Amino acid sequence: MTTATDIDKKKPLAGLSESGAYQKLLAFASLIALLIGFSIASPNFMQTSNMIAILQATSVNGVLAVAATLIIITGGIDLSLGTLMTFCAVIAGVALTYLGLPLLLGVAAAIAAGAFCGLCSGTFVAKMKIPPFIATLGMMLILKGLSLVISGTRPIYFNDTPGFDQISRGSLIGEVFPALPIPNGVLILFLVAIAASYILGRTVLGRYTFALGSNEEAVRLSGVNTDMWKMRIYALAGAICGIAGILIASRLNSAQPALGLGYELEAIAAVVIGGTSLSGGRGTILGTLIGALIMAVLTNGLRVLSVAQEWQTVVTGAIIILAVYADMARRKKTG
Amino acid sequence: MKKLVDMTGIDKHFPGVHALKSVQFDLYAGEVHALMGENGAGKSTLMKILSGIYQRDGGDLEIEGKPASPTTPREAQDLGIGIIHQELSLMNDLTVAQNIFIGREPRKSFGRLDEAALNARTAEIFASMNLNLDPKTLVGSLTIAKQQMVEIAKALSYQSTVLIMDEPTAALNDAEIAELFVIIRRLKAEGVGIVYISHKMDELKQIADRVTVMRDGEYVGTVDAAETPISTIIAMMVGREVNEEPLDVPDLGDAEVSLEIFGLTRGKEISDVSFSVQRGEILGFAGLMGAGRTEVARAIFGADPKDSGDIRVHGKPVSIKSPKDAVRAGIGYLSEDRKHFGLATGMNVRDNIALASMDMFTGSGGVLNDGEISTTAKSYIKQLGIRTPSDAQEVRLLSGGNQQKVVIAKWLLRDCDILIFDEPTRGIDVGAKSEIYKLLEELAEQGKTIIVISSELPEVMRLSHRIAVMCEGRLTGILPGGKDTTQEDIMHLATQRKAAMQVTGTTQ
Repeated sequence: MTTATDIDKKKPLAGLSESGAYQKLLAFASLIALLIGFSIASPNFMQTSNMIAILQATSVNGVLAVAATLIIITGGIDLSLGTLMTFCAVIAGVALTYLGLPLLLGVAAAIAAGAFCGLCSGTFVAKMKIPPFIATLGMMLILKGLSLVISGTRPIYFNDTPGFDQISRGSLIGEVFPALPIPNGVLILFLVAIAASYILGRTVLGRYTFALGSNEEAVRLSGVNTDMWKMRIYALAGAICGIAGILIASRLNSAQPALGLGYELEAIAAVVIGGTSLSGGRGTILGTLIGALIMAVLTNGLRVLSVAQEWQTVVTGAIIILAVYADMARRKKTG
Repeated sequence: MKKLVDMTGIDKHFPGVHALKSVQFDLYAGEVHALMGENGAGKSTLMKILSGIYQRDGGDLEIEGKPASPTTPREAQDLGIGIIHQELSLMNDLTVAQNIFIGREPRKSFGRLDEAALNARTAEIFASMNLNLDPKTLVGSLTIAKQQMVEIAKALSYQSTVLIMDEPTAALNDAEIAELFVIIRRLKAEGVGIVYISHKMDELKQIADRVTVMRDGEYVGTVDAAETPISTIIAMMVGREVNEEPLDVPDLGDAEVSLEIFGLTRGKEISDVSFSVQRGEILGFAGLMGAGRTEVARAIFGADPKDSGDIRVHGKPVSIKSPKDAVRAGIGYLSEDRKHFGLATGMNVRDNIALASMDMFTGSGGVLNDGEISTTAKSYIKQLGIRTPSDAQEVRLLSGGNQQKVVIAKWLLRDCDILIFDEPTRGIDVGAKSEIYKLLEELAEQGKTIIVISSELPEVMRLSHRIAVMCEGRLTGILPGGKDTTQEDIMHLATQRKAAMQVTGTTQ
């Protein structure tokens, strides 16, 4: 920060409380605590291979959570993220396997499809004034159905597209540093996160994303075309879902049309754990990444400790409630 | 006369603030005791201690001669203390009676509600207030004034002997205020003691017996309402004499006409409004609440659609369909409700100033130049005297007057030369008010065109070079500014209802 305010001097945490940084700190501390806890409980946990497995498991949910962060900062919500991801994977399958297009075109088609669907959601929300919850609930079902229709309810395999599985599973980093075979999927997650962070922090689109969530009417009365900007944000989030679609299809080397439902809730959970306010106006990509990592570490760690999968879900649910409660308690204190 | 309340040496600390410093206050049966002071003077804190919402850190509180320390609003109610908050706390979807008896509904066996008893008891209270209202009416369908009456009825239903009213007339028009005063006088006659918090000086003279003034958490003094001149009370509030400078209406001669409105119409709210404003002029808009002034402003600005009407800016016709079009034409609108319509309160000062002008700071690929935003914001902070620790401060932490200046900076940066101010000093301290007035005058001198909508007649008369008066969606006349126009002249036009106009046959 360029300037230290008087208030900052009086209360060292006052500056942090802005933009949910305190919650982010809390989330980060929880992540570290989880890592330490699990390493003490099980020697297998801290293995490089297990760490990489955790990162790999974070990649798809992380990318979706980045998309969800954008929407949630505007004060909206997107329930169609999961099925949109699947829809984009199916589009990639159609382009690559059915139409036999080159790899890059298939990827571009998936991302374009995501952006288009995001634009549709954005239009419903911004132009037609349908509440985001309802608009994207509708979109969620439409996309789920379309994925099944287009694929004929069967998975589409990418066996004819050599290299497609390498998008997620290959490791460019591993080729340079063989000791650190971090999969490309993770690399892509970080690139997406950095790009989204930059957009949020440094561009007009990002500034309006926060402004819309903070007070949409005031922004509109400032002469800003709020509808158009909101549609752009939804389209951007859709495009990011397209990337998630490519990632999951590449990891499974197939587009699974029945998959996808439930992913949106995991993404939203990561966003919330990361300190982004569901009422809009506040949030960070870094927080979301930490949130996604916490969920992946938790799932992985409990599995390493041989806790039944059913219980893993219970714990995740409890963590979400705890995270939001901690955030609210903090807000109450600082007003 | 019986002393109902006696507070002495009341002390209250909040983290980092000494909110009340040995404050005293008393109240007799059958009197209206006004409590005055700028925002933040400690009036509300003192009354919250009396009504059990806060606990005092020191001092004594006696109610009807007995020491008391209510720790909850419920305990205070049992002691006969009722409070009517500034923001009404009624449930719109329940009936009047259900609202009044919420939480203590008469019951029949097995927990069934006794609606008949509920309505009967409400009707009794209304009868005692001489208020003609059906207990079964939904609260949401009532006017704000009637809702206020319901709040009073609710307070009375607790057998209150002390009634605290926090700015009860803030949202009422003159007729409704008169209605409220009738009720207050009746309660007074019945021996209820009333604490009356208000910023409106003229009301004091009408309704209050004594006035206690507070400043910065301290007791300043108690004076007789009838005998003390208003200037003395204001001086007590601000700690200095406020001298009302007479308005000097400049001769604009043939300065360019910057904004012309022809036949602006929308539904029942705006009918055939036409006027024009010159460069450097301050045009005031007076009228009672609901006269359609805000609606006219929002229609000109494109915030709400209009049925018909033409707008010319600097002589050229412009089509305004959205705020975006208005801003492009150089029109800025400063809403009365800054928190909802003017500011992104969660964002910082610099982003709010730049909110309407982001494209000025955008490089290739939509990347923002934050350094430049900060530099620009700082220059406006200096120019307008915005008191903020830095340009990175969140605007919600600023005072009302400084928030208003942030909104003004937003429009100046956007290069808007026609500025419409809707209630520019609502919720702003007396001291900061005159600062805003000076700022508006300076803007006009610099050649901006200023439209000021205000419900406070002294404010309209203090600022306006000409005064447009509205009634029921029509522009009933435009009066010259300055000392030749009296409040009575304005009120005459503001109450010129349609029927009356047809008789005289004069339109504007």
